[in-house]
Amino acid sequence: MQRKDIEEKVTDFLIEELEVERELILAPAEDASVELLKTDALLKDDLGIDSLDFVDIVVIVEREFGFKPKPEEMADVRTLGHFIDYIESKVGA
Amino acid sequence: MGIYSCIGAGLEEVRDALYAGRSGIGIEPERSQYGFRSPLTGIVPVPQLKGKLDRRLRVGLAEEGIFAYVATDEAMRTAQITPDYAENNEIGIFYGNDSSAKAVIDAHMLMVEKRDTALLGSGAIFQSMNSTVTMNLSTIFKLRGINMTISAACASGSHAIGLGYMFIKQGLQDMVLCGGAQEINFYSMATFDALNAFSTRVDAPTQASRPFDASRDGLIPSGGAASLILEDYEHAIRRGATIYAEITGYGFSSNGMQISQPSAQGSVTAIQRALDDAGLTPADIDYVNAHATSTPQGDMFEAIALDRVFGAVRPLISSTKAMTGHECWMAGASEIIYSTLMMQNSFVAPNINFEQPDEYSQKLNIAARTVNKELNAILSNSFGFGGTNSALVIRKFR
Repeated sequence: MQRKDIEEKVTDFLIEELEVERELILAPAEDASVELLKTDALLKDDLGIDSLDFVDIVVIVEREFGFKPKPEEMADVRTLGHFIDYIESKVGA
Repeated sequence: MGIYSCIGAGLEEVRDALYAGRSGIGIEPERSQYGFRSPLTGIVPVPQLKGKLDRRLRVGLAEEGIFAYVATDEAMRTAQITPDYAENNEIGIFYGNDSSAKAVIDAHMLMVEKRDTALLGSGAIFQSMNSTVTMNLSTIFKLRGINMTISAACASGSHAIGLGYMFIKQGLQDMVLCGGAQEINFYSMATFDALNAFSTRVDAPTQASRPFDASRDGLIPSGGAASLILEDYEHAIRRGATIYAEITGYGFSSNGMQISQPSAQGSVTAIQRALDDAGLTPADIDYVNAHATSTPQGDMFEAIALDRVFGAVRPLISSTKAMTGHECWMAGASEIIYSTLMMQNSFVAPNINFEQPDEYSQKLNIAARTVNKELNAILSNSFGFGGTNSALVIRKFR
């Protein structure tokens, strides 16, 4: 899977299912037709994702990407960018 | 007060349905396909809360919890309790609930498919426990007092109110959110259908629930939720709260007999205890909201009990289950709301479908049609499996 597709899926489920506010994840770019992913956003402190949400993220990642994240592998995942890197390491092209 | 039931969403709709004698019973064809003997049920749509309630507060809500949230939201509004008030004052919760079958079954079916608990998600545990309603409502509405679920079969809602009343009477709490919730999905009702307790009058669903009528052939399962804010009188006056009615008596008993067997004597004991607690005689009761579910046995024993207590006094009696079906864990609480709405608006809701009395119900003064009448004192009965009985007395507030 291409990184762009991973980013799109992650953005979608964060906004639609975890109901994270759009502006916390995406920033407007100079070209108004595109938005930039806030890869530095901290999952916990900036996006408000708590320990129970991580339980649901496991379910969603399994459904969307076909693998089950392991808690020990997720230990260093702190930012949105880390999270996408991690998924890419599992399913990237 | 707040109510979400098959005869209406909210106090106004329910008041109008009660006055008009409108039934909320229909057919869910999936029940027959699933293997039910009867597809009759109260029709209660499940409200969507996305966009109205934060996701974290929503994911722990099973079906009955969603109903309870909607009813409690209305109760908080009508009791003029803001989130800020709840956070800064101690409000308790006693809520009747005795199952969360769909949540348990959904999780089980996922386990059969996935064989991995990590794929159940975070909400399943909070939806599956019997105390699901109180654990969620206390979190959503920031309640800080006594907090527990009352499981007492079809008397759960009534006992929850009785216990809230006792806690206030004892001076332990100033305010308690009380109520009852009942899931309505067919998973939750299959085991009850197994007892051949449900009506099979499928050709005329709105005529199927006929408490006290000679041709009754069983109950109709129903559901929803009912919430009431019980409050110490002085506290309510100081706060300037709208007072709908006063709870003045609670009576209880247990039959100690066969598990599904009703008892006239057990009912009499609970009713008598409630009247004594209220300091009333049978002649003071203007209306009885009967438990009568439309089963041959249950209605007969209640008719015997009511005749034994009231005899020649013959107060008006109706079972609102003729319209709502049997709201089970919720019924004791919803029927206090139905009774309070009647008291406020001076009418007795009809026991629709009561056409032909039997040997026992002919001794009672059953309101087959709506009666306009001032009501000062009402008795509400609730009885459940295992022989648990509860009776409540409410009085008009002056």
